[in-house]
Amino acid sequence: MTPIWRNRKFFPILGQVIAAFIVAIIVMILWHNLIYNLHRLGLQLGFDFLQFQASFDIGETPIPYKSSDSYSRALLVGLVNSLRVIVFGIILATIIGITVGVGRLSDNWLVRQLALVYVEILRNTPLLLQLFFWYFAVFLTLPKTENQISLLGFININNRGVTLPFGIELSSELSTLILGLTLYTGAFIAEIVRAGILSVPKGQWEAARALGFKPNLMLRLVIFPQALRLIIPPLTSQYLNLAKNSSLAIAIGYPDIYFVASTTFNQTGRSVEVILLIMVTYLTISLIISSGMNLLNRSVQLKER
Amino acid sequence: MLKLKRGLSLLATLPLVFSLSACAGQIGGSGGSLLDTIKSRGKLICGVSGQLPGFSYVKSNGEYAGLDVDVCRAIAAAIFNDPNKVDFRNLNSKERFTALQTGEVDILSRNTTWSMSRDTSIGIKFTAVVFYDGQGIMVKKNSGIQKLEDLKGKSICIGTGTTNEQNLTDQMRQRGVNYKPLVFEDANTVFATYEQGRCEGVTADRSQLVSRRTTLSKPDDHVVLETVLSKEPLTPAVVNGDSKWFDMVRWTIFALINAEELGVNSQNVGQLANSNNPEVKRLLGTEGNLGKGMGLTNDFVVHIIKNVGNYGEIYERNLGKNSELKLERGPNKLWNQGGILYAPPFR
Repeated sequence: MTPIWRNRKFFPILGQVIAAFIVAIIVMILWHNLIYNLHRLGLQLGFDFLQFQASFDIGETPIPYKSSDSYSRALLVGLVNSLRVIVFGIILATIIGITVGVGRLSDNWLVRQLALVYVEILRNTPLLLQLFFWYFAVFLTLPKTENQISLLGFININNRGVTLPFGIELSSELSTLILGLTLYTGAFIAEIVRAGILSVPKGQWEAARALGFKPNLMLRLVIFPQALRLIIPPLTSQYLNLAKNSSLAIAIGYPDIYFVASTTFNQTGRSVEVILLIMVTYLTISLIISSGMNLLNRSVQLKER
Repeated sequence: MLKLKRGLSLLATLPLVFSLSACAGQIGGSGGSLLDTIKSRGKLICGVSGQLPGFSYVKSNGEYAGLDVDVCRAIAAAIFNDPNKVDFRNLNSKERFTALQTGEVDILSRNTTWSMSRDTSIGIKFTAVVFYDGQGIMVKKNSGIQKLEDLKGKSICIGTGTTNEQNLTDQMRQRGVNYKPLVFEDANTVFATYEQGRCEGVTADRSQLVSRRTTLSKPDDHVVLETVLSKEPLTPAVVNGDSKWFDMVRWTIFALINAEELGVNSQNVGQLANSNNPEVKRLLGTEGNLGKGMGLTNDFVVHIIKNVGNYGEIYERNLGKNSELKLERGPNKLWNQGGILYAPPFR
């Protein structure tokens, strides 16, 4: 009978057990400290406050909400507001990113330079600063409702927001946030798209030309499907960044989940619980985006036959 | 296997050891009071806003000034006979309570409203009111808005992390007025957005509106409505469960008010110690043992008044006649002069 520590697998497994233990102990210490200190202040952890009346108004309510509803309802309103921004932001940022990314490789000198200037300016200034710029220097300086700008007769723009046909109204704050996030993230996506296209071997371009593909067909049918393999993984990170950056909403007065959670925390004083809620919310959103992108990633990978 | 087990049981005792040591390092737990901690530290750490002229802001010479600031200076004077032994920490309205709960600041003197939920459910205690305020609304003079009902369908700018959101909601619900709140994290953004005309009104405590109006580009174009939406008793707060420190802060504030009532100010405090009024004598510690009972010297009030003045002096210097704000004292007059400022006696 050989002793157990002579087994080749013994020490690696022991190492992992000890590592897992140390992590568990650190978590326990932190948790214990938290509970102890809360107890010292006479506070208890609990989520019962979510059923209390919120008694504050929210500026933009895509789902019915009144101030006599509960905190959980208010948080749901904030979540819907956040998701609106994230979904539109991801779609628009992708469109802008692909357009500018292709523009960076255009044969036309002017288009190339414009795309380069756009990417470099947007990529190298802080997002919060850009949001303030769009809000204060662009949207709030627009004319008042009385003499609003009319585009094509059915899009009206004033310092309250943008009115589209079919009764769609976007407030200045929502417009600013979507515009800011889209342009900022679009600049990063443009670089990712450019790198992806450049990664396709020269021979593929030549072969497509030899087969008589027109430029736009060549991009769509030959180059892009191969470039996607490289584009999608970093693109996922950009989508995640956009989702997390949407929490800057409160700086420009858009009532997203983070804002509603802040007010909830302020009125109930339940800092730990509210922070946990926000963390879980953003984590969930991020995991959904990741898993969706991973599915997409699998579909474009090389099929080894 | 045996060896492994022993190792595990040793590891399992670790959390116990750690948590014990974690308990040992607690501040303000059982045993010593924060007052002793402050004495041995040699200075007071005071949480303020730092962005509100009249209450707490940084002057051009880099010094902190304001009513909230002077409350902390008064406490430092009571403990150390030196009003400058204070470190000020700027806190925004969202982080203020956490900073107090965790002991990052000894006292929160930051235009904070005393309300039931704050007093009973977040582990802090309010000491004594230093300013009776009420929430108001500021609009542009030429807007024609005169009462809350005129704001129907309009936007109102608010800052988050205060009682203002809830008060406005309550008042508008009561009147059945639909409006659009526009809430920002940062007070500077609130007023910048209002000034740009995105909101027809801006709401905050009235003293704050008056204070902020001085920072707008054309102060005279704006007017604070007569309507008062709420009661906002602004009160310094300390952490729960330390009655010694709580008493010390509370009676420092009462000393400022009583000094004004008894006519003791920074000019005459030296001579009045020998006055024939027993109340003044007890206040200034030439009779009785009131200071010793709190763990201070008996003449602690002399130190306070000599260094920062009485309540009236502090008010006029920061908010009233001798300030830029020129705020009427209104309810903040003494109880025997038509206001509601009333401090329990030094007996």
